[in-house]
Amino acid sequence: MITFEGAAKHYPDGTVAVADLDLTVETGRTTVFVGPSGSGKTTSLRMINRMVEPTRGIVRVDGVDIRDRDPALLRRGIGYVIQQAGLFPHRTVLDNIATVPLLLGVRKRTARARAAELMELVGLEPSMGRRWPHQLSGGQQQRVGVARALAADPPILLMDEPFSAVDPVVRTGLQDELLRLQRELRKTIVFVTHDIDEAVRLGDRIAVFRPGGELAQYDTPERLLTEPADAFVESFVGHDRGVRRLSFFPARSLSLREDVVCGDDLKVEDVLHIAEGHPWILVIDAARAPLGWIAARALRDSPTGIRLGEMETVPYGHTFSVETDSLRAALDAAVLSPAGRAVGVDEDGCVIGVVGQDDLGTALWSVTD
Amino acid sequence: MSTTLDWAEGVLGWAVANWSHPGEPDRGVLPRLLEHIRLAYSSIAIGLALAIPLGLACVRWRILYPPLLTGVNVLYAVPSIALFFLMLPYTGFSDWTAIVPLALYTLVILLPNVVDGLRQVPDHVRQAAVAMGFGPLRRLISVETPVALPIIIAGLRVASVATISMVSVASLVGLGGLGRLILSDGFRRQFDAPIIVGIVLVVALALVTDALLVLAQRLLTPWARRDRRPRTGRALRRAAAAAPTGAETIGSTAGAPPGKG
Repeated sequence: MITFEGAAKHYPDGTVAVADLDLTVETGRTTVFVGPSGSGKTTSLRMINRMVEPTRGIVRVDGVDIRDRDPALLRRGIGYVIQQAGLFPHRTVLDNIATVPLLLGVRKRTARARAAELMELVGLEPSMGRRWPHQLSGGQQQRVGVARALAADPPILLMDEPFSAVDPVVRTGLQDELLRLQRELRKTIVFVTHDIDEAVRLGDRIAVFRPGGELAQYDTPERLLTEPADAFVESFVGHDRGVRRLSFFPARSLSLREDVVCGDDLKVEDVLHIAEGHPWILVIDAARAPLGWIAARALRDSPTGIRLGEMETVPYGHTFSVETDSLRAALDAAVLSPAGRAVGVDEDGCVIGVVGQDDLGTALWSVTD
Repeated sequence: MSTTLDWAEGVLGWAVANWSHPGEPDRGVLPRLLEHIRLAYSSIAIGLALAIPLGLACVRWRILYPPLLTGVNVLYAVPSIALFFLMLPYTGFSDWTAIVPLALYTLVILLPNVVDGLRQVPDHVRQAAVAMGFGPLRRLISVETPVALPIIIAGLRVASVATISMVSVASLVGLGGLGRLILSDGFRRQFDAPIIVGIVLVVALALVTDALLVLAQRLLTPWARRDRRPRTGRALRRAAAAAPTGAETIGSTAGAPPGKG
């Protein structure tokens, strides 16, 4: 557990980087410090490993005032991942990862063996161990940075905008990887970002900082989106917070219709009665994979005897997974579908049913209560 | 054509005949060459030994750098021949008369290179080192200096060529290695063979020394090859760009004192 007790950082020129911060970071959880630039989030992070000394107040790690610890020794017990990775250009990937164990006096062989394990853990090819950092892509360098921070198995991991210098696709991959690692390792992670989406995605708890180094709100992601503490948080979180909040509600609460789902071997006349009450039917193949939508009008205009599989269909857009996706994904699937309806599938991609606009609307309204 | 060949044969013949004289260890071309290597390499080594702590101090206390750099530049403007004579009362006809001024001259190139090398260590690399628990000294030795090495070696290459060329001037105070072939045997006796041999050997020594330094750079900084990464590429280009500029300055200055002498 990390506690800030009235921690503040004032510079001699009068600038206030952090104003009286009182905050408790829970053990084994991911806490995200988020805010615009100049809000003191990085300064607060660096108070934890004494890279910044507070001008007032106390920072404790597991109850111990960190001013009583030697800075270098304290830091060797706290992993640190920096923006742009900060890898040592003159050391191979493997030796970069082995840095802290070597500082702690672990023998070179042991340290390198540990480094090789960590490369596997963060998803790097073992052959990359002999390369120089500059031969790696930005995303790979950042993976090495994470591996290096984990090498001495520190209970605390500080991450200072680690993914902000990589492109969005790579960033999403790295975020997924971090979520996976965290499920496995259960470290106390403090993560700094200016990206609220990243914060909501990664954080168990989010601390929103406002310019001037004040803590504006400290809450779970869900409560942050539901009940922003003030106008600043509300505007920082963004005006689509209502839609984003749907990420916290599982799609499995939706009621799915099966009656409009028809096999491709059925003939037009077999399904005309379904088309009476519904403007669209979904055609699936024998393996229950979706093929596309057919409008009720198109069915009525078709000659009898034709199989659904022979008819032209309207693309179904993307599906949502009933078990693992959220209401937000279901809503998105419905919005993007030409039929205005979302196709729900199971883990194997087999169609379970479809959600109509009415049912979706009911579900959306129910979560606002 | 044949006269040119005859002349070249004459020069070569002189060099072979005078390469060394058994029983007289201080006469001949070889002792001059060894003296030249001794004076040049000692000066460069001492210059580097001074430049590193001075450079570190300049990076640590920024205020030191401008006056120190100005001081070194002013010193460099003093003709070498004058400095050699000024040294005479203190060091007599020992090697130090040549080594002390030459070592000080190397600082004009080595000091800025050490400072630039250390300053171009990317901030995120330095911060990462701090965050991982490197103390200041350990960070300097095992992170900052190695990362600065390509630029320091680039400076060393320029300084070496300059120093090897300038050693010859010390022949005016009775030292000067190969310069003594040019001055005593050649210039005074109006005889061109020793002059040619002296020039050729000075140039050859400069080339060999440069090649050795390139080799050392390859071995010491295998990570700094010019492939892919923009950051390293830029640092190396900077070093490479610094080298020819430096060489021109040195070339003109180093060329001047013998002319004056």
